[in-house]
Amino acid sequence: MKKFSKANENSRQSGRLTFSFFPGCSLKASGHENTMSLLKFCDSVNIELKELEDWNCCGSSSAHSVDQNVAKKLPMRNISLAPKGIPLLIACPSCLIRIKSMYLKIKKDKILKQEYENLWGLPFDEDLEIIPFFEIFNRIHLEDYIDHPKEKLKKLKVAPYYGCMLSMPPDLRFEKSYFGIMEQTLSKLGADIISFGYGARCCGTYLSVAKPQIAQKVVNEIVLKAMEAGAECLVTACSMCHLNLEIRCSLENPIPVLHFSELLSMALGAEDQKKWFPRHIVDPVPLLKKRGLLTQTFFASNTKL
Amino acid sequence: MINQDEGRQTLADEIKASSGINFNACLHCKTCANGCPFLEGMDYAPNAVIRLIQFGMEEEALKCSTIWVCVGCNTCSSCCPMAIDIPAVMDGLRHKALEKGVKIAEPDVLNFHTEVLNTVKKYGRTHKLEIMMRYKLKKMDFFSDMGVGLKMLKKRKLDLTPSKVQDKKAIEKIFKGK
Ligand code: SF4
Ligand code: SF4
Repeated sequence: MKKFSKANENSRQSGRLTFSFFPGCSLKASGHENTMSLLKFCDSVNIELKELEDWNCCGSSSAHSVDQNVAKKLPMRNISLAPKGIPLLIACPSCLIRIKSMYLKIKKDKILKQEYENLWGLPFDEDLEIIPFFEIFNRIHLEDYIDHPKEKLKKLKVAPYYGCMLSMPPDLRFEKSYFGIMEQTLSKLGADIISFGYGARCCGTYLSVAKPQIAQKVVNEIVLKAMEAGAECLVTACSMCHLNLEIRCSLENPIPVLHFSELLSMALGAEDQKKWFPRHIVDPVPLLKKRGLLTQTFFASNTKL
Repeated sequence: MINQDEGRQTLADEIKASSGINFNACLHCKTCANGCPFLEGMDYAPNAVIRLIQFGMEEEALKCSTIWVCVGCNTCSSCCPMAIDIPAVMDGLRHKALEKGVKIAEPDVLNFHTEVLNTVKKYGRTHKLEIMMRYKLKKMDFFSDMGVGLKMLKKRKLDLTPSKVQDKKAIEKIFKGK
């Protein structure tokens, strides 16, 4: 892998990575703070994200539950929109599974491939690379963009929470695994990693709407276990998990939940936290202030919140 | 492998054909049941649902709550020693249950899925606010959970206007036909 020195603007420019970018409905419509900080982060590590033009919903949990036809064609259209020769980065973990699973199915199945080509009038791109957000850390060398990375997160005690995002259905079980990537990255940036037993427990997704009691129980358990283990905050890499951990937690004084992208951007010097944090239900500001993680700029313009 | 007599074969064959999964390979090791975060909300454990199909107990399998409570998180399937795609089996059973018009054990979940797909059909993307409103309207229940809805609105987690796909024809094409 090529390394880029921070001082050398020219080589950084030439090493700019470009991905087409599928945000998905959760990021696009409710996790704005996730999207903003994610774009900010990518920009600061010299990655250009080009939003997939006119992308549609991947079908979410609902299409495959009740309508096979739609569950097949929604991801197909997204695949057909992806420009050739550029990896497609899918920010939402469940959209990734839907789209990648369909992509591999088409690749293996001649009849399905024919159906795809008839439907969209385009040849199927056999070489399209579909990658999750975590793959970025295999393609860049984070330390090249930060001076003194170890000092950035000031021993903030974070409990990384993956939910179901690393659990793969059997047809994706030979794909690259990203276990431990948040731990690795955040500890490089000087955070204290708190391990707890519930980091890979599903957040309940839509049961949060349709069976709130079930979701609440699971969410409370996750947050409580992180608190018992000594965490000051949870960190998620999925907008849906973030939402559920916040809205379904009924504990008294729960710890805040930060987006992985927010912590990354902060470590890289982003100063627009004032746009992100008011969107959190559990306000992370007191904790971050206590840890000295907020800059003067944040307080200077705080009145505009 | 379970030996099934003729009459019992149908459901298993149908689900196998639609999901492409040979769940007769299930060892009933219960790894799936032990890891499932939502076991308590289910009437049959995930492996028990597989057992029901193996035994040809169609009615029980199609009417059970498990197939609707399962969110497809893959916690089970990523640990299953036989690599059985359990969520896909649940999908197959849900489709069968809808096709046969049996009584749905968890109508709220079905209601939710229907509203999600309604907004996708309309806009090409989901629109959370509309999903929630219509979901509540159908349930005739506006007051439970109001606090959460208001909190989400206040924190601008529910966009008022939907994000839309421009190419409406493409979305129509997706929702048309089989
Ligand atoms: S984990 Fe797999 S083999 Fe074991 S009981 Fe569940 S479905 Fe059967
Ligand atoms: S996919 Fe369904 S059965 Fe499997 S662990 Fe998740 S909720 Fe339970």
